[in-house]
Amino acid sequence: MRPGPVLGLLPFLVFIGIFLLVPTVTVVIGAFQGDDGGFSLDRVRALTEETPMRALRESLLLSLSSAAVGSVLGALLAYLVVTAPPTSVMRRAVTAVCGVLAQFGGVTLAFAWMATLGFGGLLTNLLADVLGRDDAGSAWLYELPGLVLVYTYFQIPLMVIVFLPALEGLRPQWREAAVNLGASTRQYWFQVALPLLRPAFLGSALLLFANAFAAYATAAALVSQGAPITPLLIRSALTSEIVLGQANFGYALALEMVVVVAIVMALYAWLLKRTSRWLS
Amino acid sequence: MTGSTTWRVLRWVLLLAFGLFFLLPLAALLDFSTKVPGTGERTGEAWRTLLDDPTLTEAITTSVLLALLTVVGMVVLLVPTMIWVRLRVPRASRLVEFLCLLPLTIPALVIVVGIKNVYAWVHYFMGDSALTLTFVYVVLVLPYAYRSLDAALSSIDAVTLAEAARSLGASWLTVIVRVITPNIWTGVLGAAFISVALVLGEYTVASLQNYETLPVVIVLLGKSDAPQSMALSLASILFAAVLLVLLSFLDRRRRTSGGK
Repeated sequence: MRPGPVLGLLPFLVFIGIFLLVPTVTVVIGAFQGDDGGFSLDRVRALTEETPMRALRESLLLSLSSAAVGSVLGALLAYLVVTAPPTSVMRRAVTAVCGVLAQFGGVTLAFAWMATLGFGGLLTNLLADVLGRDDAGSAWLYELPGLVLVYTYFQIPLMVIVFLPALEGLRPQWREAAVNLGASTRQYWFQVALPLLRPAFLGSALLLFANAFAAYATAAALVSQGAPITPLLIRSALTSEIVLGQANFGYALALEMVVVVAIVMALYAWLLKRTSRWLS
Repeated sequence: MTGSTTWRVLRWVLLLAFGLFFLLPLAALLDFSTKVPGTGERTGEAWRTLLDDPTLTEAITTSVLLALLTVVGMVVLLVPTMIWVRLRVPRASRLVEFLCLLPLTIPALVIVVGIKNVYAWVHYFMGDSALTLTFVYVVLVLPYAYRSLDAALSSIDAVTLAEAARSLGASWLTVIVRVITPNIWTGVLGAAFISVALVLGEYTVASLQNYETLPVVIVLLGKSDAPQSMALSLASILFAAVLLVLLSFLDRRRRTSGGK
């Protein structure tokens, strides 16, 4: 092979190397370095201390619950969309809104929920009027339950986007075939459709999990102090100069994050391969 | 019979519930941004003075410039590479795909943690400007741009087009710029739209590198002038919505105008 044509890839490879691979390698090396620069497991071992462990637990809990709620409700919404004719206004509106909410930054979504359920928010005031309470009890929005709610707000649309193609791949002929063979609607769903959709559903749910685990902007905009979850702990490791060595601890935390997301994404890729056998 | 009626009613109830869930926070933004804090009065003050604050207009300019530069960077880097892989080095296609989708596995937050040394060099060569964020942003938009371009490239017969052009004496540059690229125009536009939307909403890298882009300023404003930050949030969501609706029209045209 002449090297000629391969050289054309050089600019791309160099760019990716500098701006994606070098930072990643820096994180990995930094995580296994001691304060003197030599090899050390101190930083990785520090991950098992109480604060990072609690943050990880809360992060996993947040990702799990928002992915579970998001995937179930998102699949339901996707089904409502897919049973409408492809040209209907409803279908277009839902997919457009989902695109915006799933892909456009989390900061604005955090503010939208502050305007809804924060202090003096629309729903807060409404509930206060109806229930006759003063609007003091609304701090929960800035804690874990609030994060789950706000994350769900972008998880459901993401689920619609990634799960819709699988639902569209469900051919009407399969249902006809099942009915011809004497299956009831219930049997069709439980013995044909759901087994076919299961890998796609699980795969999408994993994607949602990774999405929530890696998300930073929404949480950062909602929670300005403290670090209840791993991404925010990374923020305080990067910005605080109070505790010596904190900045370097960020490397270990970042590595932890990559490992979790990589495991989830690998499972996702594997499930995706199984899905494409039938539904594509 | 009754089953289908029940289903139709249930369907509309569910759709209504979803609609309420998604529209309520947006309505709340509008409500909050037009309210005088502490009283029940209405005012358009926050919206009227939106463009008076120099910090704000500066942030908007920065974000728009970043979006444009990112699109340029993405197109210059990715379009020729992807065409080249199709035409000349198909065995590298898995590698390029893997690298392009890698930012989905390596979150922006991790890149920020590890990029200090790289940016020390960038600042050394190019000065300390918010526009240097372009480099990271090109990486962050790669997965989305890749999917859009890949779909467009798969729907044309690039190899035959290139062979025809080459046999007529075209150089490789001509093949890429004047033959293939015009044929994947919708894919390029789609990649550009999604990049613009992502960059305008990007907070993670900008805030941790201490640059004042639009989302960063929205968060800062949230502490001093809440109604205005709400107005700005709503305005930027609507802007992104317009962009992505335009994108969906492109997508439909591509689907209806043939292709595999």
